[in-house]
Amino acid sequence: MTDTSTPSPPRGAAEQGPAKRRLADRVFLGLSKGAALAIVAILAGVAIFLTAEGIPGITASPDEVKSGETFLAFVLPLVFGTLWSATLALVIALPLAVAVALFVTYYVPRRLGHTLGYVIDLLAAVPSVVFGLWGMRVLAGKLVGPYEWLEAHLGFLPFFAGPASATGRTILTAGIVLAVMIMPIITAIAREVFRQTPVLLEEAALALGATRWEMIRTVVLPHGRSGMIGGAMLGLGRALGETMAVAMVLSASGVVTFNLISSTNPSTIPANIALQFNEASGLTVNALIASGLVLFVITFAVNFAARAIVNRRKEFSGANA
Amino acid sequence: MSTTAPPAPKRDDAPAQLRSWHHPQLPRRSGLAALVIAVVLTSALHAGIGLALVPAILAGWAVVVIGLPVLSYAVEGRRKAFDRLITVIVSSAFALAMIPLVSILWTVLKNGLPVLTPEFFSYSMRNVVGEGGGIYHAIWGTVLITAATAVMSVPLGLLTAIYLVEYGGDGRLAKTIRFLVDVMTGIPSIVAGLFAYALFVVFFGPGVRMGIAGAVALTVLMTPVVVRSSEEMLQLVPNELREAAYALGVPRWRTIVKVVLPTAMAGLVTGITLAVARVIGETAPLLITVGITDSTNFNLFDGRMATLPVFTYSSIMSPGVPPEPSIARAWGAALVLMLIVMVLNLVARLVTYFFSPKDKR
Amino acid sequence: MSMRSVLRDSVPTTAARTTSATAADGPASRRPAIGIDVEDLDIYYGDVHAVRGITLAIQAQSVTSIIGPSGCGKSTFLRSLNRMHEVAPGARVEGTVRVDGRDLYAPGVDPVLVRREIGMVFQRPNPFPTMSIKDNVLAGVRLNGTRLKKDEADTIAERSLRGANLWDEVKDRLNRPGAGLSGGQQQRLCIARAIAVEPQVLLMDEPCSALDPISTSAIEDLIGQLKDEYTIVIVTHNMQQAARVSDETAFFNLAGVGEPGQLIESGPTTKIFSNPDNPSTEAYITGRFG
Repeated sequence: MTDTSTPSPPRGAAEQGPAKRRLADRVFLGLSKGAALAIVAILAGVAIFLTAEGIPGITASPDEVKSGETFLAFVLPLVFGTLWSATLALVIALPLAVAVALFVTYYVPRRLGHTLGYVIDLLAAVPSVVFGLWGMRVLAGKLVGPYEWLEAHLGFLPFFAGPASATGRTILTAGIVLAVMIMPIITAIAREVFRQTPVLLEEAALALGATRWEMIRTVVLPHGRSGMIGGAMLGLGRALGETMAVAMVLSASGVVTFNLISSTNPSTIPANIALQFNEASGLTVNALIASGLVLFVITFAVNFAARAIVNRRKEFSGANA
Repeated sequence: MSTTAPPAPKRDDAPAQLRSWHHPQLPRRSGLAALVIAVVLTSALHAGIGLALVPAILAGWAVVVIGLPVLSYAVEGRRKAFDRLITVIVSSAFALAMIPLVSILWTVLKNGLPVLTPEFFSYSMRNVVGEGGGIYHAIWGTVLITAATAVMSVPLGLLTAIYLVEYGGDGRLAKTIRFLVDVMTGIPSIVAGLFAYALFVVFFGPGVRMGIAGAVALTVLMTPVVVRSSEEMLQLVPNELREAAYALGVPRWRTIVKVVLPTAMAGLVTGITLAVARVIGETAPLLITVGITDSTNFNLFDGRMATLPVFTYSSIMSPGVPPEPSIARAWGAALVLMLIVMVLNLVARLVTYFFSPKDKR
Repeated sequence: MSMRSVLRDSVPTTAARTTSATAADGPASRRPAIGIDVEDLDIYYGDVHAVRGITLAIQAQSVTSIIGPSGCGKSTFLRSLNRMHEVAPGARVEGTVRVDGRDLYAPGVDPVLVRREIGMVFQRPNPFPTMSIKDNVLAGVRLNGTRLKKDEADTIAERSLRGANLWDEVKDRLNRPGAGLSGGQQQRLCIARAIAVEPQVLLMDEPCSALDPISTSAIEDLIGQLKDEYTIVIVTHNMQQAARVSDETAFFNLAGVGEPGQLIESGPTTKIFSNPDNPSTEAYITGRFG
């Protein structure tokens, strides 16, 4: 054999020992794992600090806080308002979002659908303070007339009992602004699910002579149901936590009512925090933080349910970033 | 779509028994025609008779939504008619959804553009009463706080994504982290603000307001967005490239830094830009952690700072006397904020468009 | 005699084949390549026993082809020869692999250094999409942290591309993206990239299965030239290809449904294809496989 004298031939790269290389690899792994663990730490921090600062607010006696009520009496109307406004937003946004997603996926040419989808994504990027500004200065004023009409013609329903607000800054207006804000989110997810409908099934339905709507009803909607439910709940989670739009649009008085168009409206947890926080002091601050903790728990539950439903569809890749 | 040519029809029976393929149909462009009719009708009612705009539009819409399906029912039959009805409804829903977008863009532009003077960009609100003043201090505050946020959350998010894709796999820790990132994505922005406040209170006492606290709050909001988008992008890098590098005797960390990250770079930059665009408009956490001030403050660690979103909010909510100049400034700041967000979105799309590796896989 | 030859002789099943090692002593060899001795190798992925009891001596400076039905562990075995299988989580091996007498799986062996000596070419061409043709060739050297002067880089790039029979086709567009080449050119670019780090052994995992016949022929010609300098192990599904390019052939098969893959028979290609010992080998080669 020719290689008798070279058991391990010298190679250019052999100068660096394996130990050194391993160190670099280990450092890099350590860095990335550390970052991942920092996520855990941050979330734990959120829970711990909110609880630590919130508990004094929960146990505070009524005369120590600005609201002059026990924590439960203070927070429950806010919880109602939060859930109520988010529900209104969802009821308005969901059908619209699904219809918009169907429109851009199945009713216009592909390229145009792409562009329109992008325009809708842009709507999702508008800062919430701009939505608030628009809702307060533009939408509310436009809705005064319709609200008066609703009171006059549908006033027998408790929702429209009135008296109609003269400013239009009602819980329904807030719900509409929230709906405009979450509509793009639900649309994005619905589009994603529709896009994943097997083309084979769609073509099979069309080949059987189905009209476009029959194809959508028999193939697309059943296939996308869990995705749409998940998307709706993500939108709901977003609406629950939205602060500025509600704080700016709503003229709140903290009552519990289903009346949609009157000038006395329930407030929401986030809006209440935003409006009260800078003037608050002492235990009132702690009470506000505790209400934030309640909000955190509610949104967590909703998002958790949403993820569970969305993740049932394994290949689902999530909404646009 | 591979449609093979249909076999020649069997002609066992007499041709007379073949069913006709012709069925009465509305003309091809009837949907478009209906739209035109609706528009004409609406303008006639509005301009001609002087009906208010909204009822006029509703009337025009009603004609189409009832007329087209009824016509279709008479000519084409029930199924077709229902299909057309749904088409009209879905299209109307889209048009309805576009109204707020157009309205927002229009009002912000209309009210904001007149405010955008050179003075508006170069003056703070220090010692300004009534007219004048600008957003110089708020622009600086937004830039500084957003930069501090990015400095914290981009490395954190990117490294976490690297861990999840390159090291974690389907392990238990990786699954836990993915779940927690999902939880974090759902944290309401005001809660993130409360967290930052509660954290800083421990060190600085009640009533603390400083830029860095706002940056911490925004980091809580931005990091999960960076993780999710980066994870998605890193997963798009074909495994074959990693293997090619390993087979060349390249250590893992170098493979990640020199092969995986460059390949995914366009997507990563896009995701980070969109994440910045998302947090730059956040108002609530900054309102309770940073507050607002009239002067320019360059120090993230000392006291209140002005930011564009909070400036917009406080200008409209507590305008002072007279209110008009303040409200005008709110529109101006809102327009600037929108422009920044739109530009960031545009940049993100352009990065994807121009810098994705053009490999034909 | 080198240590590995001693080792090889100690393996009873392959003792009879030492005569075929003459390729290693061929007159044209400019530098010594090394052979690989595999002894009683078992490969597991987690709980799955993928490959069982492989004992095989791979000759230096020759082409050894590995054939067998899909899923019989050919690729897994090939990847265990430069520890690439470890990329999958939960992979582990039992048994020994000696490369030129050095135990591949001894404690403290850095797989990164192993892979620099034992290069690999994959089923689908995988040039780095962010790099030019030249940077692709130099990737192995540069990614290992070596700084190259321009003339050094040019020399290595030209030598490697010539070695992969690609130089004449790409010399005018070295700075264009590697992904712009045809499939066959991309695969030769990957071979150039592999030989740029000057390995001793080249492992090829179905290198032609994604290529058209003309590109395949170009790669096969290249393999014939490369064996003067490198020890080559190639996994292929193409029986004609195995017959054309290889000196030695090893036939892998599943021991049964759900059983691990194992080596059925190995020997000089001419023998395996004309007069195999095992009936299942003959059945596979003649296409009468179940």
